[in-house]
Amino acid sequence: MPESPVPQPSPAAPPAGRIAQRFRELAASRELGLVVYVTAGDPSLDATRDIVEAAAKAGADVIELGVPFSDPLADGPAIQRASERALRAGTTLAGVIGLAARLRERTQVPLILFSYFNPILQMGLDKFAADAATAGVDGALATDLNPDEAEDYRTALRARGLDTIFLAAPTSTDARLERIAKSSSGFVYLVSRMGVTGAREALPEELPALAAHVRRFTPLPLAVGFGISQPAHMARIGAIADAAVVGSAVVQEIERAPTAAEAAANVARLVQALKGAARKSARRI
Amino acid sequence: MSTLARAMAESVPDARGRYGSYGGRYVPETLVAPLEELEHVWIEASADSGFQSELAVLLRDFAGRPTPLQFASRLSLHLGGPRIYLKREDLLHTGAHKINNCLGQGLLALRMGKRRVIAETGAGQHGVATAAVAARLGLACTVYMGTEDMERQRLNVFRMRLLGAEVIGVDAGSRTLKDAINEAMRDWVTNVRTSHYLLGSALGAHPYPQIVRDFQKVIGEEARQQILQKESRLPDHLFACVGGGSNAIGLFHAFLQDSSVKMVGVEAGGRGKTLGEHAARLAAARGFTGACPGVLQGAYTYVLQTADGQIASTHSVSAGLDYPAVGPEHAWLAEVGRAEYTAVADEEAIEAAKTLARIEGIIPALESAHAVAELIRRAPRMSPEEIVILNLSGRGDKDMETLARYA
Repeated sequence: MPESPVPQPSPAAPPAGRIAQRFRELAASRELGLVVYVTAGDPSLDATRDIVEAAAKAGADVIELGVPFSDPLADGPAIQRASERALRAGTTLAGVIGLAARLRERTQVPLILFSYFNPILQMGLDKFAADAATAGVDGALATDLNPDEAEDYRTALRARGLDTIFLAAPTSTDARLERIAKSSSGFVYLVSRMGVTGAREALPEELPALAAHVRRFTPLPLAVGFGISQPAHMARIGAIADAAVVGSAVVQEIERAPTAAEAAANVARLVQALKGAARKSARRI
Repeated sequence: MSTLARAMAESVPDARGRYGSYGGRYVPETLVAPLEELEHVWIEASADSGFQSELAVLLRDFAGRPTPLQFASRLSLHLGGPRIYLKREDLLHTGAHKINNCLGQGLLALRMGKRRVIAETGAGQHGVATAAVAARLGLACTVYMGTEDMERQRLNVFRMRLLGAEVIGVDAGSRTLKDAINEAMRDWVTNVRTSHYLLGSALGAHPYPQIVRDFQKVIGEEARQQILQKESRLPDHLFACVGGGSNAIGLFHAFLQDSSVKMVGVEAGGRGKTLGEHAARLAAARGFTGACPGVLQGAYTYVLQTADGQIASTHSVSAGLDYPAVGPEHAWLAEVGRAEYTAVADEEAIEAAKTLARIEGIIPALESAHAVAELIRRAPRMSPEEIVILNLSGRGDKDMETLARYA
C-alpha cells in the first residue's frame, strides 16, 4: 500500500510530557500502567490506526508503534512475522510517523516510536525528531541503540521535546545502569529476561530482585517487558514496577484475526483483560 | 600517505571501536556487557604469553601454519604481467583462512568459561572451521545457516554435522548469511552467560572486527616475511576478496604502513549493478548502486539498503560474499583511500576459477576466485617487474556443484 501522507501538524499543541503526565496519573490512582506494542502497518497502516484507537479506549496507557525492520534481531518469531507482513504492505518509518499524526486527531494516548536504529539514521536524526514531534509523538526507543552510541540521537530528540527511552537488561552493570538512567526520560524499559521478545508462560524468578536493583538508579517510572502476555502476570509486575509492556501477545491477536476489524476487537478484549488485572494490582509503595 | 597509514595502523580502532567514523557497538543493551567482557578478556589474552603460545601450537599442528607463499609461475607467464604469488590459505585444515580466527576465539571461549559456541555461516567454511575447533577443544557447537546456503553448500552441512555440530537452517529473509547472523545473535542474547558467539568475519559490534582482524593478521605477517625472503622487497599489489572482509584485512594489515603497497579488495558484483543484484558495498565508483553508511548487526558501516533504511537483498554466486554490509575497517580504508575496492561479476569469478584450475592446478573457492578475476583483469596492464600477492583464502571443493552448473 502507498505511504501515508506527510505528517500534518497536530491541531492543538500537545501538552508537554504526555508520558510523564500519564505515569503521574497512574501513580495517583495506584494503578499498574499498561504499555501496548503493535507493529505498525501489520496488516496495514489503516488497520493499525483502528487497532491502536481500540487499544487506547480499552485502557492502554501508552502505545508503542513498532517500526518494521528487515532484520529484527532482538525480536522473536511473532514480531518477526509481523514485521515481514508490514514491510510487504509497504510500511516505512515516514508512513508510521504519518500514522501517528492521524492517530493524534483521535486520541491523546502517549505514543512512542519503537524502531531499530537504521531507518531512523537514514531519515536523518533531525528530520526524524522534527517530523515525529510535529506528528504528536511523545518519545522513541531504538532497540539496537544503547546509550553509548546515542549522543547525537538524544540531542536531536531532546531539542524537539521527545522522550528518549532506553533499555535496561539483566546483564547491565551498575555503571551501565547509571548511564541508562541519565540518558532516559519518560520511563526506563526493563528487559525482564535474557533473550528476544515473545510471549511466555512464566515470569523469571529473579525479576523482582532485578527490578528492585534497577530502581535504585533512577527516579523514572519503570516499565517491564519481554515475555509478559497474561493478566495473571500483572499482579507480580504490579508489585515491582510502574508498568507492564505487552507486545508479542498483542501482535499474535492481530495475526490470528481473519479481518482488520476483528483484529481491533480482539486486541481490545486482550487489553481490557490485561488492564483489568493491572488496575487490581497494587502498585508498589 | 605514509603518515596517514602509520596513524591508522596505530590508532584504529579507537577505544570505542571506531575506524574513523565506522564501527562502534550498536547492539541491544543485553549484549553490551557481554561485549565489554569479551573485549576485556581479549586484551588480557593478547598480553598473555601462555595464551599466545597455546594458539601458536594449535595454528601450527592443528591448522597447518605457516601456509606457503607460492610463486604462480605459469599464471604469471599466462597473464604476461607481474610476478604473482599466492598466499595458500586454501591449504589450511578445513580448507580456508577461517580456522585462524576460530582457534583464537575458541581459546577465548574457554578462557571465559563458556562451554558452547554459536556461529553463523554463509559458504559453510566458517561453520566447518568452528565445528572442527569446537570438537578439538571440547566445546558444544551450534551453527546457523540460511536454507538457501544449505542448499548450495550441502557438502559443508554434512561436514559440520560429522564434526558434531548442530546445524540449524534459517528460513527468514533472504535465507543467507545475514539471516544466519540475526538468528545467531538471537541465540546469543538468550544464552550469553554460557555461550560465546564465534563470529566469523571482521564484522559486527566492537570488539569483533578487531578480534577477528587480529586473529587473521597472521596471514599478512607471514606473507610479508615470505616475500622479503623470496624477492628481497615488498610487493606492489595485494589482492583479496571481501565479503565481511576477514581474509582481506588479515592480508592487508601487516602492510598498512608500507605506503608503496597498493591494496585491492574485490567484492561480489553478482549479476548486475542495481540494488539486489550484487553484494558490492564499496564499489560505487564502478557503478554498483544501493550502498550507503548505516547500521547493521552491530556496526556503522557501508550497507546495501533502500532509501527507507531497510536492508536490501543481495546476490552472489559465492555464498561467502553474499552479504549486505562490509567490515567497518574496510569502510574506513576505502574512505581514506588506503585500499581500493572493486567488484567482479559471477561469470568472471567462475571463469577465473577455471583458469586457475587449468593453469596452476588449484581449484579456488568461488570467493577467492573473485580476487583472481580482478587480477586477471589488471595483470596485462602491469609490468613484469611488479610483484603481486593474492590471498587464496579458500579451496573450491565446496563449490563443485555450482562450478558443474556453469561448466
